Amino acid sequence: MATSKLTQSQSRHILERLSFGVTSSQTEEVNRRGIEAYIQAQLSPQRIPESPRLNNYLAEFSSINQKPIELQKKDFLYRKKLRNAQLPTKQQEQIRQKSRNLNAQVRDEAIDAHLARAIYSHRQLQEVMVDFWFNHFNVYANKGSVRLWLSDYENRIRTHALGNFRDLLGMTAKHPAMLIYLDNQKNTDPNSPAGKNRDLGLNENYARELMELHTLGVDGGYTQADVIALARIFTGWGTDFQGKKGDKQGFFFFKNRHDQQDKLFLGQKITPKGIKEGEQALDILARHPATAHFIGYKLAQYFVSDQPPSSLVNQLAEVFIASQGNIRRVMDVLIHSQEFNRPQYYKQKFKTPYQYLISLVRMGEIEHANLKRIRGLLRQLSMPIHLCLAPTGYRNTQSAWLNPQAMLQRTSMAIAIANGRLNPNYGIEQKQLKRNFGHLSQKTIQVVAKSPTKLRSALIMGSPEAMYR
Amino acid sequence: MKRRKFIQAASLATAGMLLPVGCNSWVAQTASSKSDRQRLVVILLRGGADGLNIVIPHQDAEYYQARPTIAVPYPQEKNGAIDLDGWFGLHPQLQDLMPLWQQKKLAFVHNSGSPIAERSHFQAQDYLESGTPGVKNTPSGWMNRLLAELPEAKLTQALNVGVTTPYILRGDMAIANLKPGIHSTAPIPTDRPQVHKAFSSLYSGTDALSKAYQDGSKAREIILADLDQEMMSASRGAKNAQIFIDDATEVARLMVGNAKTQLAFMEVGGWDTHLNQNPTFDRLLPALGQGLAALVKGLEPIFSDTVIVVMSEFGRTVKENGNKGTDHGYGNVMWLLGGAIRGGKVYGEWQGLNPSVLNENRDLPVNTDFREIIGTTLQQHLSISQDSLSRIFPDYKSSHKIDFYGQQ
Repeated sequence: MATSKLTQSQSRHILERLSFGVTSSQTEEVNRRGIEAYIQAQLSPQRIPESPRLNNYLAEFSSINQKPIELQKKDFLYRKKLRNAQLPTKQQEQIRQKSRNLNAQVRDEAIDAHLARAIYSHRQLQEVMVDFWFNHFNVYANKGSVRLWLSDYENRIRTHALGNFRDLLGMTAKHPAMLIYLDNQKNTDPNSPAGKNRDLGLNENYARELMELHTLGVDGGYTQADVIALARIFTGWGTDFQGKKGDKQGFFFFKNRHDQQDKLFLGQKITPKGIKEGEQALDILARHPATAHFIGYKLAQYFVSDQPPSSLVNQLAEVFIASQGNIRRVMDVLIHSQEFNRPQYYKQKFKTPYQYLISLVRMGEIEHANLKRIRGLLRQLSMPIHLCLAPTGYRNTQSAWLNPQAMLQRTSMAIAIANGRLNPNYGIEQKQLKRNFGHLSQKTIQVVAKSPTKLRSALIMGSPEAMYR
Repeated sequence: MKRRKFIQAASLATAGMLLPVGCNSWVAQTASSKSDRQRLVVILLRGGADGLNIVIPHQDAEYYQARPTIAVPYPQEKNGAIDLDGWFGLHPQLQDLMPLWQQKKLAFVHNSGSPIAERSHFQAQDYLESGTPGVKNTPSGWMNRLLAELPEAKLTQALNVGVTTPYILRGDMAIANLKPGIHSTAPIPTDRPQVHKAFSSLYSGTDALSKAYQDGSKAREIILADLDQEMMSASRGAKNAQIFIDDATEVARLMVGNAKTQLAFMEVGGWDTHLNQNPTFDRLLPALGQGLAALVKGLEPIFSDTVIVVMSEFGRTVKENGNKGTDHGYGNVMWLLGGAIRGGKVYGEWQGLNPSVLNENRDLPVNTDFREIIGTTLQQHLSISQDSLSRIFPDYKSSHKIDFYGQQ
């Protein structure tokens, strides 16, 4: 298809799947350079100059530009002060308030930065991939001090979002957000010196989810014995919040907690070699055919169809293996595959609440959208950012999100947003909105035409066409 | 432990019980003796709630050996278990449920769960919700199939507390969703006639979206009619743990107020206690206990016709792990509450905690299939026929091993 001329609906399909909603500047770019140039540019996001509007937004969020270890140290200091029993109650309360403020600021700014990027970034595919990978490697903001590390975690996912899978996997394995969230920081050989001294032991949580959700998939052919072996391999992978040891990014390998025995993992003998055992296990998992298949399936489900065609899944798995986990290469093949471009899949992916709201802001071209309000709306829709408790991350299928209550909420929100809920000083340009929506069904056109003028933008934003991408 | 301890050995032959032997006669019997207002509330504890620290075998020395730092102490000790039957005790944070136990309206089934040992949360939850353990990708959940089998299906309604539809309720039948945590009856734009008219014509078709919108509008009418603003004003959404209590109160009001609402489903998350389990339980259990007590209190006028089932996807390792927590296990405890329950008993086939009787030497075994417990409930309580049951739980044949309904 690369050379053939695309129909308008085909190029709209590509824009809708590779971004969070079509805007006039995107359409203009495609008209000027052609869709293939657009795709190639999106596949190499670092070459796309970032939007000045986004940069203005990001400059306002002071905490996202601080090193997470500094935030962690600051919070640590508050807690240390609070342990001083002689402190007067009033002072205690002041310190507690400071700690609460710090945590709230970091949490909210991480979410606002995330939203601002999804809405205003010119690197739309990169942001879509961040949505995909963040849910794949999900962490939960309210566990321990995860929230202090979240902006950094997300940014590092962003760096690898179209890079190499093994790099991405390795980053998550060592990141404090993941080490805290799936308890690997506590995972200790009970017979190691530290294990005996402090009565610590094995924790299977990370090992299991690493295979089930991050790499092989639940049917990937591992056993409970493999889970235990992998947990033993990862003993000693921990966090260092003082930044005095290790890589100063919060990770440290505690040798005195590591299991020094031989392990048998997925049929391979792993000889004792400290932290390198974990790296070896990650290599094995990243190279495993089941991983290629699982990632291929998940990408095809996210970008093509809730029930992705197996021909495409197999093709993506092959490319994944041949390219040694080159995500850009896999995406390039996906976007140019016959399956992705089949008209039967156009407008068939039901938007998640997140995709729905972001698409309304983008297609309505709402300037200075009130991010705090978007946060609140997402909470109401059961999809608050960074707060999916289960390690599966949020699903992206219609069966997960389409239900009666959701439809009432979405239509209500469409009305509110059309009436200026996200920016009371900005009126939505109805003609522009229609252009950004592209094709509307006869029924929608008729209902809109018959309705009072002040309801029309709301009806378009709450129409069936707005629910699908 | 060599001695096999059977708690409440199967005693089907006692007088006055309704036996699903010749199933038609059984159905006739119950249909005439019961009203048509039987209700079922299913509560799923997501994350794998540790049943051994909920219904605690406090007379089993191996329990205390396996859990040196997280065991719930003996009944007489500080923060000890509340004794139930001399062998088992209830977690002290669930004291709100003790009156129900004493009134014999609360029962437990230990060593229960799925016939397929599955330590993945998501696969195990899927099996519990689809009702087809071992079969993946079943398109519907068993509560949705149940709705289709209820007599006078047009009049029945299932209620889901939450904004997303859980697997257990997915399927062809319409389900009403109740928005949790915030005013369910606060006005929304589509309540206004003009707006309502426009959107209704936009979604007047027979496609999935239109159907969802139409069902939502209908459910909203029911909810607006049955829940008035005043009762909603009490401390909504104050704290996370509070939400379950408030939701429970609201579910009760809806089920009492509207005879159409026969089924309800609720879920409570946060049970995946790999780390520092006890503080987590001290936070979660009071809310769960108070919520259940509030549900029972609210359902009082119809409690004799109500059964509440509480379940979780799997139990946890008998031994505590290295972080004062527990890892994914297998067998667990299921809870039953209701006016018709022969409660005040811990059912199930308890075999002790010796590694030799445990699943893979580490987890409680499953001696009672969850479908046995739910199937019995559906047949005895909701008067579901054998035929219907085979559509709700395909390929499952009830063993009628235990029975917890009927006269004491």
